[in-house]
Amino acid sequence: MSLSAKEKVIVKDFFAKVSSRSDEIGAEALARLIVVYPQTKSYFAHWKDLSPNGAPVRKHGITVMGGVYEAVSKIDDLAGGLLTLSELHAFVLRVDPVNFKILSHCIMVVLSMLFAEEFTPQIHVAVDKFLALVALALAEKYR
Amino acid sequence: MVVWTDEERAAISDIFSKLDYDDVGPKCLSRCLIVYPWTQRYFGAFGNLYNAEAIMNNPLIAKHGTTVLRGLERALKNMDDIKNTYAELSILHSEKLRVDPDNFKLLSDCLTIVIAAKMGTAFTPEYQASFQKFLSVVVSALGRQYH
Repeated sequence: MSLSAKEKVIVKDFFAKVSSRSDEIGAEALARLIVVYPQTKSYFAHWKDLSPNGAPVRKHGITVMGGVYEAVSKIDDLAGGLLTLSELHAFVLRVDPVNFKILSHCIMVVLSMLFAEEFTPQIHVAVDKFLALVALALAEKYR
Repeated sequence: MVVWTDEERAAISDIFSKLDYDDVGPKCLSRCLIVYPWTQRYFGAFGNLYNAEAIMNNPLIAKHGTTVLRGLERALKNMDDIKNTYAELSILHSEKLRVDPDNFKLLSDCLTIVIAAKMGTAFTPEYQASFQKFLSVVVSALGRQYH
């Protein structure tokens, strides 16, 4: 399931359109991740404040969304472009890849919430595919 | 036995009280068929599903979307016994319709996204958690009679 040329344009255009609120998207998505999927908190046990609206969660959401935008810029070669991030996730963070899927879902819920008109089914499918490919690229160095 | 907190019951009631079945049902089913095109395999008799526009304008799909969404009302009215409430529907889906139960999860993800679009920021993380818990109980109940 690779992205067609048309889908790459859809993804780049959509993320460009919503880029002014990318911090908000990231913070909200991560907040939802830990509220809707409490098991994900296990990766953040080292934070004193695990409240969804607290500073650590919101700051990290912004970081993660930055990663998503990096992936958008490297959409033509995700595996190559995200190599360093993959090594980080594989050897240092050791996040179980199943969590990439649930974070992707949370990101899309937030996109739908904040951009109801724009997040049409056609855009949804392209973004869903893109996030799945990002997850795959991140898992590249796992084994 | 599923245990519901008062907050969860309130969230789920609130979400459903604002639900326009004739709008959300069609949007949810057509989104599922577009985002996960393999689900179209169950809709061979539904006419033109050739592209996203055709799916979104297909009246048979729209009508069926409403039917499917109305099915959730049963769970809403019997939240403390969803398992038995869906026993018959589970047999229908497994033996007559032969729907791969993984599809239930795909449809419920699409429903969550459509509800998020309708409710905007009113769809708080806590609302999302309650709603997804509700849907996962329904999905589990629908999958029970498969063997």
